[in-house]
Amino acid sequence: MYDPTVARLTYRALLGRRRALILGALPLLLIVLSVAVRALTGADDQTAADVLGGFAIATMVPIIGVIAGTGAIGPEIDDGSVVYLLSKPLKRPAIIFTKLIVAIAVTMVFSAVPTLIAGLILNGNGQQIAVAYTVAALVSSIAYSALFLLLGTVSRHAVVFGLVYALVWEALFGSLVPGARTLSVQQWSLAVAHKIAGGDLVTSQVSLTTATVLLVVVTVLATWYAGQKLRTLKLAGEE
Amino acid sequence: MSTLTIDHVSRWFGNVVAVNDITMTIGPGVTGLLGPNGAGKSTLINMMGGFLAPSTGTVTLDGQPVWRNEKIYQHIGIVPEREAMYDFLTGREFVVANAELHGLGAKAAQKALATVEMEYAQDRRIATYSKGMRQRVKMASALVHDPSLLLLDEPFNGMDPRQRMQLMELLRTMGDEGRTVLFSSHILEEVEQLARHIEVVVAGRHAASGDFRKIRRLMTDRPHRYLVRSSDDRALAAALIADPSTAGIEVDMTEGALRIQAVDFGRFTALLPKVARDHGIRLLTVSPSDESLESVFSYLVAA
Ligand SMILES: Nc1ncnc2c1ncn2[C@@H]1O[C@H](COP(=O)(O)OP(=O)(O)OP(=O)(O)O)[C@@H](O)[C@H]1O
Ligand SMILES: [Mg+2]
Repeated sequence: MYDPTVARLTYRALLGRRRALILGALPLLLIVLSVAVRALTGADDQTAADVLGGFAIATMVPIIGVIAGTGAIGPEIDDGSVVYLLSKPLKRPAIIFTKLIVAIAVTMVFSAVPTLIAGLILNGNGQQIAVAYTVAALVSSIAYSALFLLLGTVSRHAVVFGLVYALVWEALFGSLVPGARTLSVQQWSLAVAHKIAGGDLVTSQVSLTTATVLLVVVTVLATWYAGQKLRTLKLAGEE
Repeated sequence: MSTLTIDHVSRWFGNVVAVNDITMTIGPGVTGLLGPNGAGKSTLINMMGGFLAPSTGTVTLDGQPVWRNEKIYQHIGIVPEREAMYDFLTGREFVVANAELHGLGAKAAQKALATVEMEYAQDRRIATYSKGMRQRVKMASALVHDPSLLLLDEPFNGMDPRQRMQLMELLRTMGDEGRTVLFSSHILEEVEQLARHIEVVVAGRHAASGDFRKIRRLMTDRPHRYLVRSSDDRALAAALIADPSTAGIEVDMTEGALRIQAVDFGRFTALLPKVARDHGIRLLTVSPSDESLESVFSYLVAA
């Protein structure tokens, strides 16, 4: 399934200079923020949970997921260079699967690693907060990558839709509208984090079972469907 | 030896009919797909390459369907019209990647780069390449796996005359080796120079098919039309009609001009200025009213 050449091309496209800068900006902001908070308020569990939950998990991870997930395939489809992959005796689902792995790896590196560092800075992993949120970042990296890779395969405006989803749905509705909370990657990953941290510093609106099932179903379905879409992708002309 | 069979293929986009019930067979050797802009060449080539489903009809390569059949790409090499091609790679990296995707190694890539004479620039980033260099690297990527069918969409676009000659030579060799080579172009001269066989497509329809002599004849054995304005249209008309190269003259009152039909192109173009000079008439406008490619083609369709 995994094709190392497709992976190499995808990594190089994703980690090109400009995109890497965008990918690095939010993690840097998170760490600067954490240093500032720690310096101003000292180590505090609640503050650590607020920063990691409110910024890292609610905003940074989905945005990195959008950039990596849609960026793993969208630009190639837009500019037509995907034709060099499609004109090969490769199974379409294998192309998608490989790109998913790459998107997950990139999202994890740019979101989970800074989350862990920020957590350690904020309260030295007291109450397991740093580790719990890091695991949440890892888990949601998988689901976001799959969702946004699908979006990048089916839509030319994937980045816009992705950002709207990440910012409006996950960050805003997710905390306001009860129904939206069940259908939120963020809440699913928090359910896993809650299991690790225990206590009530890290909480989720959904149970661990529901969260696990939804995470697996969404990831698998999105990946399968993207593979199907790529099989019948029509390459438009120049216009 | 491969044969590509296009059987009653149509393709529409919304209510635009891009390809209209085309049936043709492309065999070994070089075939030119000729047609004006928007004729449907790219749409047809995309269907031949399995990147677009025909709305109706089928495309098969030696009996195998090309749509939704990725195995077929072991036999097909594609040179797309679009420019984009992983600009962040070097030419060599790009061709090696294409070889690997076919399950081949760097050796096959190097051979393809040598074939298109791009070794000298293979370690530069594609972003720095000229249009002709890009075209040749695309060509190398299409050749790595030694395909029996080669599809090229407007391969000569943006090439200088020398690069054009080189690519023509290369395609000719491929055709002589028994490969099936199909390229599209909207320039008759280009197609004539290279293609053993020509398929003409106009407005989505299959307009003509044959060797270049046949296509030429269809295009030249016909009256040429000119729109002429002069200081004395009537005197000019009277003088011209006496010559056998002039088949008909019409005085267009509304335009204030002459509409002249000439049967012998060479003779008429020499005659007109001479007659004008002899009679002391000044020529104000001489414009071929149907020399544009479109009208040449529409003549073909009507024929
Ligand atoms: N994806 C698409 N959506 C809508 N219309 C399309 C699409 N692709 C092509 N067309 C239309 O189909 C017709 C044929 O287009 P096509 O690109 O195949 O022509 P062409 O012969 O390759 O032209 P050119 O010489 O300009 O490359 C045109 O009218 C074009 O506008
Ligand atoms: Mg075209």
